[in-house]
Amino acid sequence: MAQSNKDVHHVVEFSILLKTGIALFGLTFLTMFAFWMHHYLGAAGPIVAFLIAGVKAALVMMFFMGLKYDSLMNRFIFALGFFFLLLLFTLSALDIWTRVPLTSTL
Amino acid sequence: MSTVNSHEHHYAHHFKNADHEFVTSKQGVWLFMVTEILMFGGLFVAFFIYHNMYPDMFAEGAKQLDWRMGFTNTLVLIFSSFTMALGIHFIQKGQNRKATWCLVTTLLCAAIFMVIKYFEYVHKFHLGFFPGKYLDVAHVGAEHANLGLYFGFYYCMTGMHGIHVLIGMALIVWVLIRNMRGDFHPHYYTPVEGVGIFWHIVDLIWIFLFPLLYLVG
Repeated sequence: MAQSNKDVHHVVEFSILLKTGIALFGLTFLTMFAFWMHHYLGAAGPIVAFLIAGVKAALVMMFFMGLKYDSLMNRFIFALGFFFLLLLFTLSALDIWTRVPLTSTL
Repeated sequence: MSTVNSHEHHYAHHFKNADHEFVTSKQGVWLFMVTEILMFGGLFVAFFIYHNMYPDMFAEGAKQLDWRMGFTNTLVLIFSSFTMALGIHFIQKGQNRKATWCLVTTLLCAAIFMVIKYFEYVHKFHLGFFPGKYLDVAHVGAEHANLGLYFGFYYCMTGMHGIHVLIGMALIVWVLIRNMRGDFHPHYYTPVEGVGIFWHIVDLIWIFLFPLLYLVG
């Protein structure tokens, strides 16, 4: 694998780690706020909750796991996991939601 | 400035140099992380599909969970992820003593997480909320006859996650001891990096489990 060795041991700055931690705490409180507001959000409630979770996950992956500074190969490998998860979800969902009931006369 | 005596690390002979060994080991950990995503992912997909089939039953199940417990555990785990990342940061800077305290804090947070989880489980058992067929619908006064399905998911997902926390704790103890022994320095800290990535994925999974189980019902 071609990779320059100059940034193999990238040190994530303390201030970046601290900001990430504070942002994650803030977003957790935001999740709870959205939960208490779920009467107003209605069907959008779960979507808001998972959007916030998605942002939190991105922060953890980029700065705590250091993927922002990692090699393209490692980022690709990790993204592959989510791709196959999406494939699993899509195919399973298609199967379940396109089934014809047994009582059908088709 | 290193606060402990650094032991020399010799890379294995089939690597070109120490960096080559580090990059290769790290890539192996990332491949392992893909299997972790797919293992938990299967449970998530099953949860979404059954949730779509029985939304009211899942709502009844989610109401039985105490969001305060899940919320506290989320903060505890995020903090532990922060201290883990900080531990690696300090080892990279050669400040091993500070790294030791970071790893100890991470370990403490993991223990707090498991204690809270223990109280949650015990409380659910006390009320009779068992998984699957072991949930006595009449005894717990459930509105839906298949409420056991929700608790099946709850115990499988949080249980699998809990096992990961316990394994993570054992791994942190291992790198903690090695750090105190002076095995790590800015040019060799591969095990801490790997354990760190594993610990962050434990946090990552909980970030999704919390809204899924406790809030979205």
